[in-house]
This record gives sequence, structure tokens and C-alpha cells, in this order.
Amino acid sequence: MKRRDFLKAAALTGLATTLKWKDGMELMAQKQSTGSKIPDLVAVMGGEPAAMFRKAIVEMGGMGRFVKKGQRVTIKPNIGWDRSPERAANTNPELVAEIVRQCLQAGAKEVLVFDHTCDEWKKCYTNSGIEAAAKNAGAKVVPGHESSYYREVTLPKGKRLKQASIHTAILDCDVWINVPILKNHGGAKMTISMKNLMGIVWDRGYFHRNDLQQCIADICTLGKAPVLNVVDAYRVMKTHGPQGRSEADVVNPKAMFVSTDMVAVDTAATKFFGQIQEMPLDSVGHIANGAAHKLGTMDLESLTIKRISL
Amino acid sequence: MKLSTARKMLGILSFAAITLTFLDFAGIFPQSFFLITKIQLVPALLSGAFLTVGVLLLLTWIFGRIYCSVICPLGVYQDLVAWIYKRFKPKRKFRFSPPKTSLRLAFLALVVVGYFAGFTLLLNLFEPYSVYGRMTTHVARPLYMAGNNLLAEIAHYFGSYTFYNVHVFTLSLFALAVSILSLAAVSLLATIGGRSWCNTVCPVGTVLGWISKYSLFQIRFQADHCTHCNRCARDCKASCIDSKTMQVDTNRCVMCFNCLDACQEQALVYKIQRPERNAKKQTAKNGAESTKGMNRRDFLKTTGGVAGMIGVSALASAAPKQTKTPIYVKQHPISPPSAGSTAALLDACTACQLCITECPSNVLKPAFMEYGMGGMMQPRMDFNKGYCNYDCTRCTEVCPTGALKPLTTEQKHRTQMGHVVFIKTSCVVYTDETSCGACSEHCPTQAVKMVPYKNGLTIPEVEPDICVGCGGCEYICPVRPLTAIYVEGNPVHLEAQAFETAKKEHVELNDFGF
Repeated sequence: MKRRDFLKAAALTGLATTLKWKDGMELMAQKQSTGSKIPDLVAVMGGEPAAMFRKAIVEMGGMGRFVKKGQRVTIKPNIGWDRSPERAANTNPELVAEIVRQCLQAGAKEVLVFDHTCDEWKKCYTNSGIEAAAKNAGAKVVPGHESSYYREVTLPKGKRLKQASIHTAILDCDVWINVPILKNHGGAKMTISMKNLMGIVWDRGYFHRNDLQQCIADICTLGKAPVLNVVDAYRVMKTHGPQGRSEADVVNPKAMFVSTDMVAVDTAATKFFGQIQEMPLDSVGHIANGAAHKLGTMDLESLTIKRISL
Repeated sequence: MKLSTARKMLGILSFAAITLTFLDFAGIFPQSFFLITKIQLVPALLSGAFLTVGVLLLLTWIFGRIYCSVICPLGVYQDLVAWIYKRFKPKRKFRFSPPKTSLRLAFLALVVVGYFAGFTLLLNLFEPYSVYGRMTTHVARPLYMAGNNLLAEIAHYFGSYTFYNVHVFTLSLFALAVSILSLAAVSLLATIGGRSWCNTVCPVGTVLGWISKYSLFQIRFQADHCTHCNRCARDCKASCIDSKTMQVDTNRCVMCFNCLDACQEQALVYKIQRPERNAKKQTAKNGAESTKGMNRRDFLKTTGGVAGMIGVSALASAAPKQTKTPIYVKQHPISPPSAGSTAALLDACTACQLCITECPSNVLKPAFMEYGMGGMMQPRMDFNKGYCNYDCTRCTEVCPTGALKPLTTEQKHRTQMGHVVFIKTSCVVYTDETSCGACSEHCPTQAVKMVPYKNGLTIPEVEPDICVGCGGCEYICPVRPLTAIYVEGNPVHLEAQAFETAKKEHVELNDFGF
């Protein structure tokens, strides 16, 4: 273990132990602030990743609404790149850890974390800080770099993508949670919830050969949709995404969007992103394609949205 | 402790370390194991580690060919083969054979002349450390990985992810074939002739043998004790003991010390010899055989063979330039980071394959004819199964021959091994008018960036000056079989220009924007 890794791990462990009591209290008192209808989308701004998620999940009706006792849960962050958390190429490790903890507290029997990475998987898992954070929080970190971890399924509703090999951690779990990071993307324009599903698939080359924007929407028609989408916008990669080449590509707006509706949360996140860097919604083709698949709505006016500033 | 026991223990220790170094795809064994690759004679010589070379030669001058019985993995491998063979054929005996001096010198000359003529392949085919490295890499490693996969399957069944599956594939058919041939030849020679590889073919054995002839410590007969029972010669792997005349050919003795154990009369002793007397005795004893060196016929054979090989190699390196395909053909192979140039790689690399086994991204492959015949099996970048990780400098850290010199991450970021070439008319954005951007996604410096095209689409645009040649774009390009974007090798590595970095902006948002 390198000294830096050790310090990181130690810091995270420390964080985990200090938070425990407070978490327990909060979970016991998990009650919505409004007390009325559960919102379709919760947007939080101005806090640390774990704190923002704790706030948001309460508004969403508590983790117990999505994860039942004894269930096997899979968490799918974006761990695509061999980059440190500061470079905002991968989901925030503290956020992943917090979701793992909440799942376990809600009674999950087992929590798995994986991604089909772009860069070499072990470097991604290590340098993103996600492996250490997730393991410390009690999850099992599962590899996804080899075709034997994937199984072929059909996508009857897909237009261009009719079948795909999906990671068994998704196929064999009871429920799964999608935890993307908000980034600019050279090919798909934006990578948020829907695009994050490319990381559950083995053959991504097919997407690029056969209309990327349609294939992204098609993979989202997978019968087993995520029960929750948590968009990490604590750090945001505004340019040169999805990998980024320096810290100048990163801004730190400290936000988070949570919804069960992938299309809605991606619409909201794109509008949020548009404040940082110009990004017309209609240029992000897969969101509209997702709406055409009736996966969700782009009409945010029709939704109940809870906005929180910490 | 008996000398033979000490020799066995040390030999197995260094053999295990070097074997695990080559097998370990998961990086679980300590870095200190790599030390054994740094004290191999030919790699040390090529890397300019003259202190190491000096110590090894001094060691040989004092104690004889300890190197061959303890440090050289191919030597220990042959001992293991002979040992296993003996389990099946307990009656197998060695016997004295006269030295094959001219053959030895011919092999040495072939290797040396070949090397200086730019035909490193010859050295690489016989240099023992690299022969063993290739055997392990191409034959043993896939089996090791398959075994790991079996374990991983069992572990996964019980819900453990301590082990993980790895993709087992053939790195290069040619290197595999050469490795199997070397394995067969060395194993066969070890079963029928003990250390006859070391005393006929091996250039290191020949050089060290010449030094050990004059070594301080030698195994000698005590004439008054010897009963000529011949037990010593029957146990001598090097076939260098003649019990009739009570002579030990120190030149070929690999210091296994088995004869000391075999002798029941303590007639053989390992002790300091008086050098001058000893040298004279040797000369007198071996007579014409060892002093005449290379005869004229051998010399002609050797030079003829070398010249022939060089000719073939020149033809071979010229060959790829003559073929043409309609779209493009790569002009130059891409050598690994810090190789400097393909010419420098050719001079310094023994094709041991250590960088290839260590590369976490599976981007290094043994070359076929890309570097010409002299550079066969030396590492080259191949973007079929991976691309060079921007921050990774692993290959440069492990190279024992100095062909790849240690690079810092910052130096690596500025090393241009090759440069990007974009064929717009092949790109899916152009042909299908759909989004892609996979190349730009994988580009760490944005030497490939997406610029507005039509209908809201973006298309790649390249800036070769800031390209490092990592091959991410080529690896991921969905267009097959000939990709729409590829890396053309730089025969001499260049310095990549730094990309412009904007100042980090501070963004303060008060609104969600929806």
C-alpha cells in the first residue's frame, strides 16, 4: 500500500466511524420535510457528497423505499478512468460509500459495486478511490473487465440494439442503483444516468458503430431498470469529457440530482450543466430517444421537484 | 551444510523469484523479486551496469561458475529437468565427454558478430535469461493464468472476488513457437546430457567457462585418495570429470558440487588452487583441444552463417515497405516508451519479455518482422487488445537491459512514441452521420478532439503535435478491420508538445437552471 492510499483509506475509515451514530439517528428519523407527496426529483446543492445524499434520500422516502431487507443490491458508479477524484472523471467515492452504507442499513444482504472501465480496470478501481471507499463501507467490489462476467440478454424494445451482454452483477441482483457523475462527453455530448448504462454492457464498440445516441436509449429499455439514479454533480467535468486532461476541465458546483426517472434526471442535469457550459438539450440525442421509448419525461414542468440548498 | 545443499537452496530461491516475476500478472509478489533480473549477465552488460558485470565476473574468477548453478534460471531449470528425469530413470548416469571447444566458440562468435552487425536476434535466441523469460512468458504463463481462472470460478461461486478471471491469449504465434522449440531443445539436452546446453550453446557459459578455468577455488582430485570408482563422473551433469586421469575440466564445471557428495573417499576437494601452476596444468592437460580456439573451418562457417542471416534480415526489413493496401499501411512500428528509437531498442533489448508480462494494459507484444529480422520478439506497441495508459511507466521500471530506461510520469507525458493519423472518409460520423467520439473519449491529451460537423454532430479533429501515441483512439475506434484513426510510429521518439491548459475556473451557481 502506498502512503497516499493508506492516508486516503485511513481518512475514509475515520469518516465512516464518525458518521455512524449520526446516520443511525437520521435513518430512524427518516421523514420528509414536507410530509406530503414524495417528489419525482430531488435536487440538492451546497453540501458535501455524503451529506447531500443523506438529505436527498430522506426526501425520496428513505432508502427503505428502494432496498428491502435481505435483498442483494448492486451499485453502478462511473469508474471509467484512471483518474483521481479531483479530476471528476469518476463518481465521487464518498458518495458511493454513503450509498453502500445506506443500503446495508436498509437491510441489504449484500452490496456489489462494479463498472466496465475504459482504462485498465485495476488502476481505475484503485485511483478513483472507489474500491477502497466501497470496501470500507461494507460492499464487495466486483471485476467487470472480462467477458465471462457478462451474460447475453435480449432487448425487445431496442431500435438499433436488440441484444447485449450485461454484467451478471446487474442481472443477478434484486435491485440496482445507478450512480453516474455529470460530465461533458465528446461523443454523446453529455454522460449522465442513461450513458452510465454503457458500463453494464460488454461490447461497447457496437454502440459506436450503430448510432450511439440510439443505442444508449435502447440499453435503457432493459427490463431491469435501476430503482434509483443518483447524479453526482459535486465536481463536474465541463470540457474534454469524459476523460479530461487537466484540472482546468473541472468545476466544483457541489450539486446532486436524485430521481427514479432517468430521462427526467438527465434533462435536469443537462440544464444545470448548461449554466456552466453551453449545452442545448436537443443536442444530447439519447435523452430525447429515451423519452421516445417512454422511459421517462423531459417535461420537468410536469414533475414535482424538490430543490434544497444546504 | 553441504555445498551441494547450499547450491540447491540458493538456486531454487532465485529460480522461484524469477519465475514468479514472469508469471505474476496480478502484482502480488514483492518488487524485491525483480532484483534477480537485474543481476543477469547479458542484460547487465547491455544496460551498462558494469559494476554488476564486474562483481559477477569476479565471483566467477574466485569461485568458478556459481552463476550457472545459482543465478541463471535456465541453468536451474535444466537441473530440475535432470532431477525429475532421474526420478523416472534412477539408473541414468553421466559420463565424461571431451570438450566441444570449437562448437562453443562458434556459437559465441555467431552471437557476438551477429550483435555487432545489428542482428540482435541471434544473441536473444541463446542468451539464457531471455530464453528462460520467453519459455515462462509464452508457455508457462498461459497455464498459470488458466489455473487462476479455475480458482476464480470456484471463489466466485462462493461469493468471493479475491481472485478474478483474466483473459488468456497467445501474445504472438512466432514467439510461442520459438519458446516451445527452446523449451524442447533445452529440456531434451538436459535429459540426455545434463548441462550440455551450457557447455555447447550458451554464450554466457562459454565466457564464464573461460574465466573459471583460472578461478581461485576449483574442484580437484587428491590422487592418493582416488580409487577410480568413477562415481564422481557418473554424477557430473557437466560431463567434465575424467576419473581415469583424475582431471576436472574446470572450464565446463558448473559448480553443482554433486561430485563431492558422490565421492566416498573424499578424493575430490573444493579449495583454493595456486593459480599459475593450475593454469599451466590446464593448458598441458587439455592440450591442443582447448588452446587452438576456433579453427579456420569454424571461422568460415560462422562468418558465412552470420553474413547470410544479415542478408535475410536486410531483405526482411525492406519487405514491408513494398506492399500497399488501398487505404493505408503503417510505415513504422511503435516502440515502447523510453526506448528512444527502434534502433536503440534493437541494440539493447534481449527480448526477455519482462516488459510484456508486466504491461497492465496488454499493449506490448513481441514483434514479428516489424523491426526486421534482427529485432524479432522485441516489444512493440500493438493496439488490438489495449492501449498505453497515460500515467503508467511500468515497462520502463522493470527492463533489466536498459533498453527501456526509467521514466517519470511527467517525462512519459511528453514522449511521443508515434502520432495520430485520422482518415475522415472511414469515420462513422462521416459514413453513417451518427455520433461516436470514442477516439476523443480515450485521448488523454485531446490530440483528438470533437469539433462541430453537421446536423449537430461532432467529428474528430487531430493535433498530432500534442499526441503521445498511446493508441487509445486506434484501440477503441469501432471501424474495423482497418480503423478510421491510427497511430503511425516514430522511428525516433519525439518530444510531444504540451497542450495548453486554461486556468481553473471557479464557478459559483445559485440556481439549478430548471
